[in-house]
Amino acid sequence: MTNFFASKKGIILVGAIIGLIAAFLQFMGNPPNMGVCVACFERDIAGALGLHRAAVVQYLRPEVIGFVLGSLVASLMAKEYSPRGGSAPIIRFFLGIFAMIGALVFLGCPWRTLLRLAGGDGNAIWGLLGLIVGTVIGGQFIKNGFSLGRAYKSKKASGWVFPAFMFGLLLLAIFTPKFGGNAIYSSVKGPGAMYAPLWISLAAGLLIGGIAQRSRFCTMGAIRDIFVARDFHLFSGVISLLIFAFVANLFLGQFNPGFVGQPIAHTDGLWNFFGMVLSGTAFVMAGGCPGRQLILAGEGDSDSAIFVMGMITGAGIAHNFMLASSPKGVTAYAPYAVVIGLLFVVGIGISMRSKFKFV
Amino acid sequence: MKKVDARGLSCPTPLVMTIEAMKHEDVFDVLIDDEVAKENILRMLKGKFNMSPIFEEKNGEIIIHVKK
Repeated sequence: MTNFFASKKGIILVGAIIGLIAAFLQFMGNPPNMGVCVACFERDIAGALGLHRAAVVQYLRPEVIGFVLGSLVASLMAKEYSPRGGSAPIIRFFLGIFAMIGALVFLGCPWRTLLRLAGGDGNAIWGLLGLIVGTVIGGQFIKNGFSLGRAYKSKKASGWVFPAFMFGLLLLAIFTPKFGGNAIYSSVKGPGAMYAPLWISLAAGLLIGGIAQRSRFCTMGAIRDIFVARDFHLFSGVISLLIFAFVANLFLGQFNPGFVGQPIAHTDGLWNFFGMVLSGTAFVMAGGCPGRQLILAGEGDSDSAIFVMGMITGAGIAHNFMLASSPKGVTAYAPYAVVIGLLFVVGIGISMRSKFKFV
Repeated sequence: MKKVDARGLSCPTPLVMTIEAMKHEDVFDVLIDDEVAKENILRMLKGKFNMSPIFEEKNGEIIIHVKK
């Protein structure tokens, strides 16, 4: 059976659907230019669980849960569910931490970078340039033999743990229990208090998770494949996302071009750029953008699940240590964290190389 | 037959290894265990070299027979 979604038309269709859904979710209540943002939404989940106490960004985002469960269902139906793991988990965990720190300096993941552009936020240009430079750095490591090593097939149960965790979060999101007045936290103002109705968010997440699994949609893979193999396949999906989100924003009155006063964004170009250099490098070294990591985790890849847990942990660190930016700008501590992160990714990229050989 | 063992490696390493191998050998096998790696490698070979190599799948492992 040929897989339509993995064809050129398929990937363009998937990009279009994600772009349209993202604009629609904003219309239905999600924060501006944040219809879908994997980094922001994992940060909100970390906040809901009390892993950080930034009161304005706490909400159990059903979209993230939907991505994982949608991918799980799609991969089971396509007989592609494949429990595997064991490829340098601790390094992936820290790549996840630093990827999140960089993303929260910029304020968005690669998906949101596109959505910010589609909403007219000029500051996202710096983020996009940072992602491209990060991809070139990570791609250069890979061309020179960098690899986190082999993953092995594992027992069925290992692939179920992460989707089960997501299902648990879904139950918490639906029944909103209170544990002695603490978690589950839920923002009463700020971006965390802006959300589409739970069932719409969940349905959107499930749909995107399913088609992203079938199509292998990946924003970082898109730029990376151009660089390492002159392959524009995934890139056509990314361009499609950008165009369709832009057109939908025009129709829904969500397009506001400019640099100053953009929603959940700041104008510090330098650190918008370097934050995303860090994130982009980490994503490429870990094998994909944060959306793709969720999809792989749903397919049973525990290495990707570890990366996601690293990102959620990183969100806690970013807010607890005042590294995450706000619309006022970057914090005094953020540049140090970004530099430490860059030293980490470069160190790993250089030290984990092996020479190509036949067997 | 020379073989490239790219089993279990995350994207795009299997692809990069295949490109690297083509610099050294005209005929070789690529061993992978992942549907996505297969799609990527076949798409690259088709797009860049207009090749449609034969491949076989068994027990979750895939062997692509590359021949320039």
